[in-house]
Amino acid sequence: MNPLPPPPVTLSPPRPSAAPKRLTIALLGNPNTGKTTLFNALAGMRQRVGNYPGVTVETKKGQMNFAGQTFDLVDLPGTYSLAARSPDEMVAVDLILGQQPGEPRPDVVLTLVDASNLERNLYLTTQALELGVPVVVALNMIDVAEGQGIRIDAQELSLRLGVPVVPIQANKKKNLDRLKQTLALTAGGDLPSKQTPFPEAFEREAASLHDVLKEDLPAFLARRLLLDVGGYTEQRLALRHGEHIRAHVQAARQRLALADCPVPAVEAHARYGWIRQLTTGCVVRPSKRPITWTDRIDRVLTHKVWGTLVFLAIMFLVFQSIFTWAQPVMDLISGGVDWLGDQMTGLLPPGPLTSLLVEGVLKGVGAVVVFLPQIVILFGFLALLEDCGYMARAAFLMDKLMARCGLSGKSFIPMLSSVACAVPGIMATRVIENRRDRLATILVAPLMSCSARLPVYILLIGTFLTAGRPRWVPGLTLFAMYSIGLVVAPLVALALKRTLLRGETPVFVMEMPLYKVPSLRTVARRMIDSGWAFLRRAGTLILMSMILVWALMYFPRGDSDGALYDDRVAERQTSLNAFKAEADPGDDAMTTEIDNRQDEIDKLRGEWKRQSALGRMGRAIEPVVRPLGWDWRIGMAALASFPAREVVVGTLGIIYNRGQTDSKEIRGSEDVAGTRLGQALDAATWDDDPSRKVFTVPTALSLMVFFALCCQCASTLAVIRRETRSWRWPVFTFVYMTALAYIGAFAVYQVGSLL
Amino acid sequence: MASLDQLHVGQTARIDSLVGSDTLVQRLFEMGLLDGEEIEVIGVAPLGDPVEIRVRDYRLSLRRSEAARVLVSILPG
Repeated sequence: MNPLPPPPVTLSPPRPSAAPKRLTIALLGNPNTGKTTLFNALAGMRQRVGNYPGVTVETKKGQMNFAGQTFDLVDLPGTYSLAARSPDEMVAVDLILGQQPGEPRPDVVLTLVDASNLERNLYLTTQALELGVPVVVALNMIDVAEGQGIRIDAQELSLRLGVPVVPIQANKKKNLDRLKQTLALTAGGDLPSKQTPFPEAFEREAASLHDVLKEDLPAFLARRLLLDVGGYTEQRLALRHGEHIRAHVQAARQRLALADCPVPAVEAHARYGWIRQLTTGCVVRPSKRPITWTDRIDRVLTHKVWGTLVFLAIMFLVFQSIFTWAQPVMDLISGGVDWLGDQMTGLLPPGPLTSLLVEGVLKGVGAVVVFLPQIVILFGFLALLEDCGYMARAAFLMDKLMARCGLSGKSFIPMLSSVACAVPGIMATRVIENRRDRLATILVAPLMSCSARLPVYILLIGTFLTAGRPRWVPGLTLFAMYSIGLVVAPLVALALKRTLLRGETPVFVMEMPLYKVPSLRTVARRMIDSGWAFLRRAGTLILMSMILVWALMYFPRGDSDGALYDDRVAERQTSLNAFKAEADPGDDAMTTEIDNRQDEIDKLRGEWKRQSALGRMGRAIEPVVRPLGWDWRIGMAALASFPAREVVVGTLGIIYNRGQTDSKEIRGSEDVAGTRLGQALDAATWDDDPSRKVFTVPTALSLMVFFALCCQCASTLAVIRRETRSWRWPVFTFVYMTALAYIGAFAVYQVGSLL
Repeated sequence: MASLDQLHVGQTARIDSLVGSDTLVQRLFEMGLLDGEEIEVIGVAPLGDPVEIRVRDYRLSLRRSEAARVLVSILPG
């Protein structure tokens, strides 16, 4: 490790402690430079994530301790340049310039630079030098550079740059104390003494723009206005000062082009030119580039044949893990919730409060918590793949395929994850930088058939499409149902990209980072953070919607005579339980008596739910669902399953007087048609024409197609709301998917009936 | 004059200029693809697109349509 360079003469001594203001450090750097690792190393466990208003960027803040002093640490999003093209990208610039409302201006900017990739990394640093705050450069991944035979003289570089340069190795926490010391000394002190030399013509134009705007515009923004053609600075200032300034800027750019300083090339030439000068002599490279591990691994992983095979294997593994690991835990959770519910029903007096607690709150909380295993496991894999560097390869392999759907390779993994569950899939769209691509992916992710649709498919296929049909019919139908989403999603994405989300073709240009051994701590942290974030944000919405459905199915609670259903049901169930306890299992007459009594209870419960508010809604919408081949009972079940589609099986059970049917029972059943629910569905007839069966094959298909295309998942909508920070998009998703589902179900039923 | 998308795997070239001044070109500039810079084509995705190049000590992937904006002179191998 190089010795600490002597601090440049220009540094001022540490502040007297009379000024108790806490100093803020902003952390800036390219993606894939180990910024997260450094942030975690400096801030430890004291971190929190929040939101900047009006943008989808998240704030990440922490506290760093050094020599008895506490510093605030702000982690800015990884970026290659401070040329902002959207409000999201502007956040870092605004924050460092002290223009971000509610945020203090940082006292020092720490730019993290990857030693194995110095030139490109220094580009951002040269921009940071112009922001009017002190700068410290942390030279990370020294080990990787040395492994490639690259030697950097940090002392000399520091002298030439005019700011301290501290070599570190964030993952092994090497030299971090020196870094902290340098930060403490530099914070609130002198500004960088050197900046990128731009041609004189450029400096003049930038200065004159400054004057034209009659606003206290930081010099940095005046340059950005000139340099970023169509960038966000231009947009914002045009809004504030009027469109006429665009004319001024255009004129200035034309003059520059004539003066042989065309925008934007002039910036790249100036910066990279200066960087070349800075590094020549300081940075020694071997005459022949050594072959790195990344080269060796990529020879396989991006290979036409092997690369694709490995990719498919990894995707399959991720997928399979959901079913192998998450499903048992999820079953455990639902089982636990059910058990707890039974206990509570037994202990507490019957009545609306108990029912609210058990059916509303408990089941609601259960519906939230049951997502955690899938989210945590999926995020674990995603974090692992991202951290080791494979994600970029996955996007690289899939890009051509995704481009046909109007998206990019980065959308592939979120879409694939959504086939298991859209909630983590949508959360995973974070990796997509382009706002429109990200939104398009989020909006079609719910179409990818999720695992909660399975119980419905199995119930209906098992009952109506198995007995008496060729062997291949059930399998093919199931496959078809899964495929509907997979086919419709790309089409919808294309349509969205051509209409609502129209715009400039997004830029794909993507760095392929070096492979590295993933840090288990980072991965674990991401798993916990994502699970926690889901609970906090989506949890409330899901809970509330479950309680709403509970209320709609509970009230009105009295029959025409005024007797309360819940009392009557509870009373009979208690006496039946007592009877069962005393009964002799061998006695046939007793067994029949028990079955009859249970039937009676189920019938009573069915009657109660059918006359409930939701039941009435079901009857009210019957004219609307008739063209789909449904009667009002099916309509009611569909309505009840809007917050969480997995309750449809249970709801159908209640409506058809079969009591509490467990969807797990259906899923695991060998003869679905033979289950009580299966038989009940088969026997169901129309109210106004008892000779006609409700559940014909077209009806069964139309119901499945509806489920395939409809967004019946409050969790998904809640997560969409969270990721897009607006109510507009969840509402849009709900509306368009319901419309699609209706049309699809209608088409299937009508066409099916004709055949 | 050739463009980057026309090169084969293993070829090296020197960048002559970039076509245009839109967001894509701004991004290419930021990533260090400047005239005078040397680049090497190191791979292509299985479906033929995107391509992977080495530039300034790191690896970059870009679509052929994007690579078409980079005008190069092929260097003898």
